[in-house]
Amino acid sequence: MADIAASASQNAAQSRDAYLDMVRRKRMYGGILLVIFVAFLASGWILADDRNAGGFWNGLPKLAEFPSEVISEAWEKRAVLPGRFIEFLPSLIETLNIAAVATLIGGMMAIVLSLLSTRGLARWPRLIPVFRRMMDAFRAIPEIVIALVLIYILGGGPVAAVVAIALHTSGALGKLFSEVAENADLKPVEGLTSVGASWGQKMWLGVIPQVAPNWISYGLLRFEINVRASAILGFVGEGGIGHDLKLAMQWGQGRYDQVVAIFLLLFLTIFLIDRVSDHYRNRLVKGDLT
Amino acid sequence: MTALLSTPLADQMTATFARRRLVALSVPVVIFVYLLYTFFAFDIPGLAQRARMDNAAILLSDFWSHKTHVTRNNRTGEVTVAIEGEGKGTYPPGKMPDWVSITDGITTVDLGTGHIVTYDDAGARFMVPGYGTIDIRPEGNGLALTAPEPLPKWINASDNRIAITTPAGRFSYTRSRVETFRYQAGWELFFFTLDSPFHGKSPLDLISLAVSGDRIDPARSNISAMVQDFWTNKMWRHSDVVWALFETVLMAFLGTTGAAIVALPLGFLAARNFNPLGPLRFAFRRFFDFIRGVDGLIWTIILSRAFGPGPMTGALAMAVTDAGTFGKTFSEALENIDEKQVEGIRSTGANNLQKARFGVIPQVTPVLLSQVLYYLESNTRSATVIGAIVGGGIGLLLTQAIQTQKDWEEVAYYMTLIVLMVMAMDSLSGWLRKRLIKG
Repeated sequence: MADIAASASQNAAQSRDAYLDMVRRKRMYGGILLVIFVAFLASGWILADDRNAGGFWNGLPKLAEFPSEVISEAWEKRAVLPGRFIEFLPSLIETLNIAAVATLIGGMMAIVLSLLSTRGLARWPRLIPVFRRMMDAFRAIPEIVIALVLIYILGGGPVAAVVAIALHTSGALGKLFSEVAENADLKPVEGLTSVGASWGQKMWLGVIPQVAPNWISYGLLRFEINVRASAILGFVGEGGIGHDLKLAMQWGQGRYDQVVAIFLLLFLTIFLIDRVSDHYRNRLVKGDLT
Repeated sequence: MTALLSTPLADQMTATFARRRLVALSVPVVIFVYLLYTFFAFDIPGLAQRARMDNAAILLSDFWSHKTHVTRNNRTGEVTVAIEGEGKGTYPPGKMPDWVSITDGITTVDLGTGHIVTYDDAGARFMVPGYGTIDIRPEGNGLALTAPEPLPKWINASDNRIAITTPAGRFSYTRSRVETFRYQAGWELFFFTLDSPFHGKSPLDLISLAVSGDRIDPARSNISAMVQDFWTNKMWRHSDVVWALFETVLMAFLGTTGAAIVALPLGFLAARNFNPLGPLRFAFRRFFDFIRGVDGLIWTIILSRAFGPGPMTGALAMAVTDAGTFGKTFSEALENIDEKQVEGIRSTGANNLQKARFGVIPQVTPVLLSQVLYYLESNTRSATVIGAIVGGGIGLLLTQAIQTQKDWEEVAYYMTLIVLMVMAMDSLSGWLRKRLIKG
C-alpha cells in the first residue's frame, strides 16, 4: 500500500516535471519565434527606410507641413470652395459610376462563376476546378495592370477602369458567393428538379432567393472597396476625380483649394457610403429584408 | 376552411405578394436603366472610333514575339541589326544573325517563305512571292517606286515614305533610312544578351557546358558565369525585377503587421467591455472611421510629401489605412468574446493586463490572425498600385514599361510575375492560416 502511494506520488512528480518542462519549452520556442519576428520586422523597416528617398526621422517633422500648407491656402480661398465642389461633382459622379457599373457587371459575372464552381450546384461538375482557377486568376490580377493596358488600346475614358475593376470584382466576389452558396439548402433545388426545371430555373428560383441577402451584403462591401479603387485608378491612369486630383497636385501651390475640395468630396463620399452600406449590411444579415 | 382565413389576412397576403412581385420586377428594370444611362455617359458608342486596334495588334504581337530591326542609314550607308531597335540588343559587326548577310555593300535580309529584302547602292528591293519585286530608289527629292500595278493595299506609298506590310515582316523606306522588321516568336535575349558567350546556345549545349565543358572565361566556372550573365542581363534586368518583387512583398508585410501592432491596443480602447468610458470609446470609433474615410490614396499623397518616394512611404500609407480597418474589426472581435474565461482568470486575482493576456488574447488570436493574413494577401496587390504612386517595387517598373508604349514584352513579363506573386502570397497566407489557427 505504502509502495503504491509512494510510486503514485513519484509518478505525479514526474508528470508535473514533464508538464513544466513542456511549458518552459513552449515558452522558449514562442520567445524565440517572437524575437525572430521582431528582428525580421525591424530589419524590414530599416531596409525600407534605406531605400526611401527621404528618411523616416527626417520626414517626421515635415509630416504636418504639407497638410498645413494646403489648409492655410484653402482657408484663404474659402470663398471659392463651394464653387470648387460643384466644379468637381461631375468627376466624382464619374468615379462613382465606374465603381457602380464595375460592381454590377463584376457581380453578375461572379454569380455565374460562383454557381458554376460550387459543389452540388455546378452545371458541369467536372469543370469546377477550371472555374475556380479562373476566379483565382481574376482575383490575382491587380486592377492597375488591366487598366493601363486598356488605356493604351482604348485611348482613355472610363471603360478601361470599368473592365479592370469588374474583372477583379468577379474573382473576389465569386469566391465569397461560392462560399455562401455552398451552405445553401438543397431541398428547394431537389423540389425543382422533380418538376423538371432547367439548371437556370433551379438556380434562379431555388438558390438565389436563399443566398441573395448575403450576396447583396458582400456586393455592398465590394462597392465601397471599388469606389476607393476607382479613385486610385483615376490617379494612376485616367478618368474621374482621381485624375483631377493628380492634375491639381502636379500644379502644386496655387491650386491647393482644388486639392482640398477633392479631398473633402472623396472623404465625405467614402464616409457616407461606408455608413449606408454598414447600415444595410446589418439589416440584410439579420434577415430583416422587408 | 376558407372561412378560417379571415379576409383582412388574405388581403394582406395578396398585397404582400403584389409588392414582392413589383420589387422582383422593378429591380432588374432599375439596373437595366442605370446601365443604359452609363452606356451613354461613358460614351460607349464612340468607343469604336477611339479604340486603337492597331495598338492592340502591336501589343498582342509583342506579348509573344519580338522584332529585329535591320536598319541602313542612307546617308552613311551603315547597317545595324538590333533586337527591338535597342542599343542594348544590337548585334556586333561581324556576328550577324544567319538570315542577314552583308557582302560588298549589298545587304540581303531573308524574311523566310521566299520574302527577300536587298539593300544596295541604288536603293532597296523587296521580293514578295506571288506578287513580284518592289523596287525603291531615291529620285530627286522624293522616292521612286516600281512595282506590279495595281498597287495592293499593303503597300503604303507617299512622296517621302514607303511602307510595306507582309505576314513575313514589315519594311519602310524614307530618304534618311531604310528599315526591315522581322518578327520571331519568343522573348529574345531573356536569358543571355548578345555580349554573353552563352547567347544562342541550345539548352542541351548549356547543360553540357555547365557540367563538363571547358571554361569559356578562365577566371570563373561556366555555371557562375551563366548565373552572372543572366542576373546582370541588361535587356530584362532580372536582378532589378527580383528586387522590385521583394520590395513589393516587403511593403505589404510591413504595412499589414505595422497596422496590426498599432491597432491591437487601440482596439481594446474602442471595445465596450474593456473601456467603460463612453465618450473616449466614441472618440476612438470616429477616429477609425476618419482614417478609413480619408482613404489610402490621400494618405499616400500626404505621406509621400513628407517622406519622399520609396517603399517605406508605401508601407506607412498601407499601415495607416489598415490601422483604421483593423481598429474597427479588432474592437468588434473583442466585444464578441466569451466573458466566462475572463471571469475565470479574474477569480485567480489577476490584474487587468494579465486578464487581457490570458483571458482575452487566446480567444481572439484566431480571428485577428485570419484577418491579418487576409489583408496581407490583399495588400500585396495594393502594394503594386501604391508602388506605382510612391515609386517603389514592381508597380513602378510596370508603369514605366507601360509608359514607354513599346516594351510590351516586359509588360507581359511583369504582369505574369505579379499574378504569380499574388497567387503565391494567397497560398502562403492560406497555409499559414491553416497552420496557425487550426493547430
